[in-house]
Amino acid sequence: MANDLTDFEIPIGDWVAAGVDWIQTNLTGVLDGIAEVLAFVIDSFEALLQGIPPLILALVIVLLATWRVGWKFGLFAIAAMVLLFGMDIWSETISTLGLVIASSLVALLIGIPIGIGMARHDGLEAIARPVLDLMQTMPPFVYLIPAAIFFGLGKVPGAIATLIFAMPPAVRLTNLGIRQVSAEHVEAGKAFGCTSRQLLFKVQLPLAMPSIMAGINQTIMLALSMVVIASMIGAGGLGNTVLTGIQRLDVGLGFEGGLGVVLLAILLDRITQSFGIVRRVGGPPSFIARLRRFFQRSPSTHRQEDSRCS
Amino acid sequence: MQDKVVVKDLYKIFGPEPDRALELLDQGLSKAEIFEQTRTTVGVQKADFSIREGEVFVVMGLSGSGKSTLVRMLNRLIEPTRGQVIVDGVDITQMSKQELITMRRRSMSMVFQSFALMPHKSVAENAAFGLEVSGMAKTQRRERALQALDTVGLAANADSYPDELSGGMKQRVGLARALATDAPILLMDEAFSALDPLIRTEMQDELVRLQSTHAHTIVFISHDLDEAIRIGDRIAIMEGGAIVQIGTPEEIVTNPADDYVRSFFHGVDVSKVFSAGDIASDRAITVFERTGVNVRAALAQLHERGHSLGIVIDTDRHYRGMVSLNSLAEAGRDSAHSRWEDAFLTQVQPAAADTELSEVLGQVTASEFPVPIVDAEGRYRGIVDKTVLLQTLDKTT
Repeated sequence: MANDLTDFEIPIGDWVAAGVDWIQTNLTGVLDGIAEVLAFVIDSFEALLQGIPPLILALVIVLLATWRVGWKFGLFAIAAMVLLFGMDIWSETISTLGLVIASSLVALLIGIPIGIGMARHDGLEAIARPVLDLMQTMPPFVYLIPAAIFFGLGKVPGAIATLIFAMPPAVRLTNLGIRQVSAEHVEAGKAFGCTSRQLLFKVQLPLAMPSIMAGINQTIMLALSMVVIASMIGAGGLGNTVLTGIQRLDVGLGFEGGLGVVLLAILLDRITQSFGIVRRVGGPPSFIARLRRFFQRSPSTHRQEDSRCS
Repeated sequence: MQDKVVVKDLYKIFGPEPDRALELLDQGLSKAEIFEQTRTTVGVQKADFSIREGEVFVVMGLSGSGKSTLVRMLNRLIEPTRGQVIVDGVDITQMSKQELITMRRRSMSMVFQSFALMPHKSVAENAAFGLEVSGMAKTQRRERALQALDTVGLAANADSYPDELSGGMKQRVGLARALATDAPILLMDEAFSALDPLIRTEMQDELVRLQSTHAHTIVFISHDLDEAIRIGDRIAIMEGGAIVQIGTPEEIVTNPADDYVRSFFHGVDVSKVFSAGDIASDRAITVFERTGVNVRAALAQLHERGHSLGIVIDTDRHYRGMVSLNSLAEAGRDSAHSRWEDAFLTQVQPAAADTELSEVLGQVTASEFPVPIVDAEGRYRGIVDKTVLLQTLDKTT
């Protein structure tokens, strides 16, 4: 009896497979369009990065690290560049970097507007939430299968799987950031006659910026981790080095590829994080502001000293 | 004075069944009973009042009494459930979205409890916010913002950022932002409540000063009676979403409508609420017109009435001096033609009618005689004696 009760089948797997089949046969045009746009974005980024002489690109990265984070991190960047050249994985690293930037960019272009929409419409939030949960908790390998079916092997399915996996934090943190803007700030915007567009661009988005930047940082980091996995369907780059290491049981090669990913991750994380620290939200006054006040104050201080002397 | 804002039969119901709640309210059920039956909260009920042009109208009440809801219905940050808000003769509850935005840009601005400044904008940009939103050119709006900052004494900090300012300075920016749009009506929601007491008093004085030079119609939300009395021309007291009393500070303190209103006065310094003129009276004193009677006749009259003191005035009620039975008797003894001046009590000095009670307090207690009160033109208004003073002070304790 008890067995009979649990002995039934819901063929979810079959349904999904059928759905994928249907999409493949009926939406070929759409899929091809997506593939072409994505391929163009990825190719342009990679061509751009590969087109720059390696030494100059390395110098740019070191300078960026020094400017945004500090001279100590600049030294780290120099060491990282030396290691990447020394392990002879520069080209793979740049390929990965290009793919990360391209898929993150697309993920943000789609994700941030969705986040804004969620913040403004409770209904959309109620629908998007479970979808985001699904996107984030589904093991990333699972995306690879339909992506490969729809788009074949190569960078495009890799980028698709990556942007699906990496998009949720940008959506969530945009939504959260806007919703966390204090009621009084929103009221102030409305009370002074903001239209809803002005309210969004002049009040909500600027005040949500730290949260949105944190989301962008997370998206980029997730994209990096997914790009490595996506090498299994031919996305290339550092993931390929790791994959080759596994296939050949070559510990050394695998480690070199892994180290490359780690170095790239640290560089991307710190540099993108530095954009998230908005100078004006809390925190101590900036150096320039202090400098300005120092110069504003000094003439009056002199005057006081003069009067004391006389 | 002209009515600037007229509120007619205004209701705000929060929750799932506003229509039913309104019905029950009309049947006379209380806020608590309605919540029990419908899970619906009455925010504001049957608000009916008008605010005159150029006055400071303070809405007072404890938290949850509906005062913030009420003020937000005046610019429709909260949509009224029923009723009308008429600003300059136009019912804003009937306005379209676009008309409402125009009204907010031109006629009403607002100051917030926690300042609500934009941290990414400089002080001048913050002050220019309302102008920026309504599409004014950059140089022009900066000029207007600087003027407004100058009015609140912050012109020197125009290029600072809000995180570099103290609480009091931040609220000055909030005030400048509201002034910059030149809106005739200011809504101030607990504008000074987040400031420490010293700064709060300073800002209140600042507001009173601003009103004296350039009068706005101000609706000021407060939970502090001292503040309400300091700045308010009229005070409305709210309880459970309803307005229980509207009146001048003096009216409310002297004639509180119920115990709830009275409860606000605990701890309030009455001697600051009243001026000497408010409590001056003619009780137990005889007033003589100088030309009408002579010294001897006055003495006889005092005896007759059983009074011991008299006030001498001119025909146009100008105060001349105070006399007592003794001083009259002594002046009358010397000659038949004794002059009033000889009978005046030299130690009695009149006080101005607008003197705060706390100031005449010392004068009254130090002297054995009451203090005569005169108005700005020197006309006699009455006396303040120890009995009246004690009765007034006792009213609230």
